[in-house]
Amino acid sequence: MADRAADLTELLIDRVRRAGERQQALAVTGNGTKHFLGRQATGEPLSVADHAGVVEYEPTELVLTVRAGTTLAEIDAVLEGSRQALGSDPPTFGGRATIGGTLAANLSGPPRPWSGSLRDHVLGVRVINGHGEHLRFGGRVMKNVAGYDVSRLMAGSYGVLGLVTEVTVRVHARAEHTTTRALKLGPDEALAAMIRFGAVHSPLCGLAWDGRTVYARFAGSAAAVDAAARELGGEAADDERFWTSIREQTHEFFGGDEPLWRFSVPPAAAPALPDARWLFDWGGAQRWLRGDYEIARLEDIARKMGGHVSLYRGGDRTGEVQHSRDAVQQRIHRALKASFDPRGILNPGRLYGWL
Amino acid sequence: MQHEVQAEAGGTAAGLRHDWREVAAGLRAIVDSRFIVADAETMRPYECDGLPMYREMPQLVVLPGSVDEASEVLRYCHARRIPVVARGGGTGLSAGATPHKDGIVLSLSRLDRILDIDPAARSARVEPGVTNLAISEAAQAYGLYYAPDPSSQIACTIGGNVAENSGGVHCLKYGLTIHNLLEVRLLTVEGDELVVGSGGYDAAGLDLLALITGSEGLLGVVVEVTVRLLPVPPAAQLVVAAFGTSRGAGEAVSGVITEGIVPAGLEMMDNAAIRAAEDFVGAGYPVDAAALLLCELDGTPEEVASGRERVVEVFRAFGASEIRVSRSEAERQLLWKGRKAAFPAVGRIAPDYYCMDGTIPRKALADVLTAIGEMSERYGLRVANVFHAGDGNMHPLILFDANQPGDFAKAEAFGGDILELCVRHGGCITGEHGVGIEKLRQVPLQFNEAELVQLGNIKIAFDPFETLNPGKGIPILHRCQEYRALARAGRDGADG
Ligand SMILES: Cc1cc2nc3c(=O)[nH]c(=O)nc-3n(C[C@H](O)[C@H](O)[C@H](O)COP(=O)(O)OP(=O)(O)OC[C@H]3O[C@@H](n4cnc5c(N)ncnc54)[C@H](O)[C@@H]3O)c2cc1C
Repeated sequence: MADRAADLTELLIDRVRRAGERQQALAVTGNGTKHFLGRQATGEPLSVADHAGVVEYEPTELVLTVRAGTTLAEIDAVLEGSRQALGSDPPTFGGRATIGGTLAANLSGPPRPWSGSLRDHVLGVRVINGHGEHLRFGGRVMKNVAGYDVSRLMAGSYGVLGLVTEVTVRVHARAEHTTTRALKLGPDEALAAMIRFGAVHSPLCGLAWDGRTVYARFAGSAAAVDAAARELGGEAADDERFWTSIREQTHEFFGGDEPLWRFSVPPAAAPALPDARWLFDWGGAQRWLRGDYEIARLEDIARKMGGHVSLYRGGDRTGEVQHSRDAVQQRIHRALKASFDPRGILNPGRLYGWL
Repeated sequence: MQHEVQAEAGGTAAGLRHDWREVAAGLRAIVDSRFIVADAETMRPYECDGLPMYREMPQLVVLPGSVDEASEVLRYCHARRIPVVARGGGTGLSAGATPHKDGIVLSLSRLDRILDIDPAARSARVEPGVTNLAISEAAQAYGLYYAPDPSSQIACTIGGNVAENSGGVHCLKYGLTIHNLLEVRLLTVEGDELVVGSGGYDAAGLDLLALITGSEGLLGVVVEVTVRLLPVPPAAQLVVAAFGTSRGAGEAVSGVITEGIVPAGLEMMDNAAIRAAEDFVGAGYPVDAAALLLCELDGTPEEVASGRERVVEVFRAFGASEIRVSRSEAERQLLWKGRKAAFPAVGRIAPDYYCMDGTIPRKALADVLTAIGEMSERYGLRVANVFHAGDGNMHPLILFDANQPGDFAKAEAFGGDILELCVRHGGCITGEHGVGIEKLRQVPLQFNEAELVQLGNIKIAFDPFETLNPGKGIPILHRCQEYRALARAGRDGADG
């Protein structure tokens, strides 16, 4: 870890400034673990991966500040000593995903409905805007409403507003105990069961259905976890393996080249396309679909369900891959983009072709 | 009735003249005339929010009866560059809802319907004027509730909560407003509908929901909110511990959090607050304690039991002189009552109080409390502290007498010093009450000029003529001018 610590701020600022002068588009990357995500990048690659290292970690405050190129594996190694972790359990892509890229894509693991996302936990950022100015927003405290919440705006922004150089997040204590129960159920009963489990307070931290079986995971003190597991019934299941396979998408559902679609919908939304291949995570709020579809058709379905859809992996990455935005939303997106990056040099077209 | 619009409160409405009789007539074509208020007496209650030291009379108060009406009002005002200040319950504590003297107040209080509660999706869709508490009351029938619980929850509205990103006692475990929102429908300054967020746990495109939450009515008018509801925890217990020094209590707070315990709430009261509260409600607090910690555990009975044991252990280890654990729901309610009534209780021991809202790292609690004590002597003004210790959000209440000339100015200077102190300790100037007008002067403590310009440019991206709640939240800098002209040119081109 220590040998990877390097402060490349000046270099990154310089690259952005010079790109601005030349009107040269930049494609900002970390370790490139999410190249498959979003629209195909155009522009000159600019890697943040070597801008890495812990800036400050205070276990007693549960606050961590790291440079954006720090990998999730490096972060985990640092937090482990104090039995802490990133609460949103984001996919690590073999440990190589950087915190900057994880924030830019706002990816979360299975506990997200109960633990919150990285967006929920980010407290502050430092970011280089399209003018090459290095700016600081938010801070290191849990509550802060001075100024607009630019830190959270960076989450899921795919780098189109600014190059994030540093991230401060609230971290969480690792659970004392976890346990997983499994129940074999078809799609309709699975969703009904997930709604039922979610309707009462319990130490749930995972609720997924892989096409055959509902898995429920609990986290907390041994007594609390055991009581909840007993109450739920089902069979004991391997606790770690299943959830890792969902988080890292190594589960067999995710194999092959067929396009992978992500639906983000209200957890109780009625199942759509009953004959298609689905996997439900987040208690039904994140649904994965395999197959060749027109994005417009899936958008219609997602809209009726009350949420949105994106083409997560595969398919045509030169067309739009995110759920479309209406005219007013587009106007605000463009105006915001112009307010951070008036020359349009930061990841143009990565989020939407028109942005 | 000609009035000249002044430039001083910001906004580029500067220099425009309005015939307010004509404006009122124009608005009467949109909203039932009973809900266009133009006489001073009826407008009086709108002249300030919960920080009455800041007052201003608007030209008109308009209370639309539907989203369409609100949209038409905005469209009308936008065309004439008339400043619009949105208002919910008027309980804000930073002068965020103070009217603009050359503009209108747009009160959302008539939009107060709960539109839908979806127990399966665990969400509630409500109009902006619904009070915070009303949501939990309506959800109760389904065993659900809305977690953020500001102490003002009977009176403050969900629209105001979104605008301020409000917190409450239970935000330590369940998050602030931002963590409990799904979707918000806004009206832009032009009166167009803008939907941010979604029915899922995230939304497509840029996270505009995060941006507008806590934006103090500067980016748009909230007209519908879908919040997440949570299942009511089956059990809750309160541990109350007395400490001989506030340093001991401050360290115990860090101790609990470091242990990995996640209390539902962790509140602190200093001696002045303990005495005031005990006098007022008789909760049985030890009045000699230097500080009191109230730590609530909730969840399943097993979760509560293990949490309670660990908390008691930590409090003992940090030298608590007395520990009391609620044994019944009635006792839990009684023990909370003192904390919940602390503001009004302090209100009884002084003619006026001024509530500050800085947040600091927990480790600095003891030092900051000590420093506030010293400042209190220097300023000759008493202070009571009652606050959200678990997340480091301080609420020093500075006691003063508004009838004493110069007393408020002194309280304000003292308050400013406290905010500076918070920033020096790595904290911020406002945890949940917002900047409003009140803390404009302190904003540069947290942001340099380039950062302020960026914030100003975000404002202009939404509101190119800066007529939404002008003069609040972000101090206006000259460097924004250049981008402002560009943004406007772009906008006018697009509109035309
Ligand atoms: C006794 C007391 C205790 C309090 N306790 C807490 C607490 O525990 N935690 C906490 O966070 N706050 C607390 N507050 C502060 C206050 O209640 C909150 O800030 C609350 O969210 C304000 O809501 P409101 O409806 O009264 O808003 P208002 O005061 O009417 O307005 C506040 C701001 O929001 C804007 N606004 C209002 N409605 C809309 C809308 N529909 N669209 C766009 N902008 C809008 C206004 O322009 C203004 O800038 C307390 C206040 C009091 C008086």
